[in-house]
Parts: sequence; C-alpha cells; structure tokens
Amino acid sequence: MTPTRFALPARILHWTMAALILAMLLIGAGMISTTTARYPALLAWHRPIGIAILILALIRLGVRLTHRPPPLPADLPALQVAAAKGSHYLLYALMIAMPLIGWAMQSAGGYPVILWKGAVLFPILPHAVQLYGWLRFAHGLLAYAFFLLILAHLGAALFHALIRRDGVFGSMAG
Amino acid sequence: MPSSIPLRFGLIAGVLAAVVAIFAWVGGFLTPARISGGGIANVMQAANGKVYPGFRRAHAKGLCVSGSFEANGAGTSVSRAALFPSGIVPVIGRFSTGGGDPMSADGRPVFHALGLRFALPHGEEWRMAIDHTPVFIVSNAADFMALQQASVPDPATHKPDPARVKAFAATHPETAAFLAYMKTAPLPSSFANGTYYSINAFRFVTADGQSRAVRWQFEPEAPFAALDPATLDKQPRDFLFDDLLARIRQGPLKWHMVVIVANPGDRTDNATVRWTGPHRRIDVGTLVLDRAATEAQGDCRDYNYDPTILPKGVELSDDPLPALRSAAYSASFRRRAIEGPHPDAVTTAQAKGDVQ
Repeated sequence: MTPTRFALPARILHWTMAALILAMLLIGAGMISTTTARYPALLAWHRPIGIAILILALIRLGVRLTHRPPPLPADLPALQVAAAKGSHYLLYALMIAMPLIGWAMQSAGGYPVILWKGAVLFPILPHAVQLYGWLRFAHGLLAYAFFLLILAHLGAALFHALIRRDGVFGSMAG
Repeated sequence: MPSSIPLRFGLIAGVLAAVVAIFAWVGGFLTPARISGGGIANVMQAANGKVYPGFRRAHAKGLCVSGSFEANGAGTSVSRAALFPSGIVPVIGRFSTGGGDPMSADGRPVFHALGLRFALPHGEEWRMAIDHTPVFIVSNAADFMALQQASVPDPATHKPDPARVKAFAATHPETAAFLAYMKTAPLPSSFANGTYYSINAFRFVTADGQSRAVRWQFEPEAPFAALDPATLDKQPRDFLFDDLLARIRQGPLKWHMVVIVANPGDRTDNATVRWTGPHRRIDVGTLVLDRAATEAQGDCRDYNYDPTILPKGVELSDDPLPALRSAAYSASFRRRAIEGPHPDAVTTAQAKGDVQ
C-alpha cells in the first residue's frame, strides 16, 4: 500500500530536528554577534545541541532508508520534483556535515570539545591550525547555505499547503 | 485561510520575511552598535596600523614554554577542579608582550603576559591568559572598543593622536589610573621574575556546591628585579625572549599559584578595581616550566588561550571581560588560522645568527 503520510518516527524526528536546527542557526548567528556573557553561554549550548543533531540525523537517515516516504503528487512538474529531491539530499547532507565539521574544526583548533562541564568529547582530527581555519570558514559559509535551504524548504512546504493544496504539507504536518 | 491566491502568496512571503527578520535581529545585522568578537579584532587591526598575517591581533610576539603544575592539594578546599588534588598535570604556555606587531622591540612599557593550557584528566582543560598587571585598563567591552578606537593611528601622521587617548582617560578615571600605574610601576626585568595575575574574578565551586569569588596570581620564585626605564629603549630587540631561553637552559623556572578569596564587598564585576587589604591566600601548587622554544619550534602558538575554557569547579563570575576576551581571541584565532602561521621574530633572529 502506498503511504500518504510520513511514518510516525520520521515525523517526530522531522519536527524535533526542525526546532533544534533553527535554534542552532540562531545560536550560531547570535553568539558571533556579541561579546557579552551571552557569548560563552550560547557557545556552551551550541556544542551539545550540535552533537544531538548529529545523532538524530544518523537515526533519521536510518528511518528514511527503511521507511518509504509518501510519493510526490503525480502532477507535480518535473522541475519541482527535481528541486524537491535535490533539496532533500542537500538537507540530509548538511544535517550530518554541519555537526561533523563543527566537531572536526574544534579538534583541529586544539580545543576541548566540551559537551557539558566535565564531559569532553574525543578529537576527530589532529591539531592543525590552518585546517581549523578552513573548516571554521566552511562551517560559517555552510550555515548560511543551510539557512537559505531551510527558507526554501519552508517556502515550498507553504506553497504545497496554501497554493497547490496537494497533501504534501499534510504528509509531514498532519 | 485567505481565499485569494495573491493573499496566500503574500502570507507565504510574510512568514519567510519574518524568519529572515528574526535571524537578522539575532545575528546583530539590525543593531550595528552591538560589539562582536570580529568587531574587536577589526579595531585592533586598525589600532595596529596594519594586519600582520598569521599572528595574533594582540600579544603578537611570543615564545613557547612547557612543563608541569605540581598541585599540593590545598586548592581542593575551595574548588573541585581536577587541577587541585595533589599530583602533577602537564602544562604548555606562551609568554608574550603586548601589542600587535610581532617584530616589535621588547623594551617598551607594555603588558608581559602568559597564556597557559593545563591538560587535566579525561580531556578536561583549564586555559588562562594572565598578565603582569594586577588590574586591566578598562572594565567592559564598550570602553575597550572606545579606547582602541582612540588608539587608531591618524592617517596623516601614521601615529595615534595622544590627545584622543587622553580625552578617553579624562572621562575614565580607572583607565587614567592604569596608565599612571604603567608609567610608574617597575616593569619586571624578565618574564621569569614577574607575577602574573588572573586579572578577572572567577568563581570556584567545591564538590559540595560552595561557590566563592576568587582571583589568582602566579608568584615567581625568582626574585623581582626591575627594568631601568632609562635604558629600556637601548635593549636588544628580543632581549626578554632571549633572556627566558637562556634562563630555562640553566634550570626550571617556578611560580606559586596563589588563590585570593574575595572578601565581602570586593568587586567581582570590574577588573580595573584591585582587591585591597588582607585576604585569604591559598598557595595551591607550583608551576614548573623547564622547556622553552620559539613559536615555530614549540607547541604553543596554535592554541587559543581562551580564559573561558574552564574545568568543572571553576566558573565565570559577573566580570564581563572574560566573555569579551573569549569572543575577541576567537575572532583573532580564526583569522590567523586561515592566514597560516608565519615565522616569528625569535626564530627569524636565530636563523640569521643574531643570537647565540
């Protein structure tokens, strides 16, 4: 039977991660904008939430591979189908890559990857300062790309909900 | 739900615009006066007169040291930090002089500073950035920014206009007091005989949750000797760094870490204010530095001595400066990292055979 909605685990993961990823983008943008006490406070949240997103993203990838999603509407133009599929590949790639790059860059920068006071994650790269520089640059750049992609995703979801009214929005929100 | 298609498109556009607006507001794009770490790095670059690629935007000239911290156990009475139980912890550090020019001469009345990285069990770290002055020149980010702006060289003369710094000091008595202190207080004749102060107040927390405001200082075993201000500018360019290399070859250099516990009424939120009068002092152990190497040869340059990297048992206080320092150091670190390390003054001088 063809499903009309995403499986329950997929929906729970989607909405949990939506909240976490939006929070992360705001925490990241907020922390580099300030030198007040908010800076260390936001930085302290950024690391554990990032690792949580990495774990959830890997679980979600497993759920995605084992649960068939509902098909896109048959009358969706080919270009929109391609945009939908392509953007979802990119969203998955960024959900996994962003925390990994963050973890890798902190390792290369010689920083302790502190999840919370007393709990330090092992490094995944050797200490290499120029590599840190490039990874840190990539982390910032990809964060903007991620934000734009999420805007497009949100815009497309609302387009399905309000303009096409084709059940795509409900397959995740319903 | 609106029935007309244009209205529904308008609703979508409104939702997206609201998300962008929230992001822009949180990210400070709508509040240009907000001070970021990058903004501090920018003003320091301007005050330096140019960018020295690959070097720290402040305390650009440095030397690597390493050794250990031998804790005597006394610190456990005030903090559960893994540094304090009796035992030995490996340390790397970096001595530096204030200023953004990595090739500057040492004979200037500037901050002597020490960055330390204590490698504690289970991957925990304690990093410090400590200075030879007991207090700082300003107490908050806005004042730091304003003072740096006042120090930016005049485009015509390529020199800072002393009147602008004077004008700042005139409205900031704590800065005036600091400048007077730097002018009159004897400068240590060596990195080895200076006392290095935490500058900022932190909080120590014991295993049973008692929290106390503290500052700390590293007091040298080497007896203090002062530089003669009259001969300061006649000293060789790298004399402080060469002196440290020579001294460490003779034997390890030692400092006692002394924790100063705040009295009721001591200011914890203002690093320009000294804690005067009798205080509870706890000697918690000895910093032993037994190796030194230039930045290119040692292992200290590529760490960021961010004073907010603290182990369990040590917390930030209401002093606003550590957050400012952390954000600014981080901006400096990411810039110099991507530029890549460049040869430091002492390595270059050694390669030329300028020193023994």
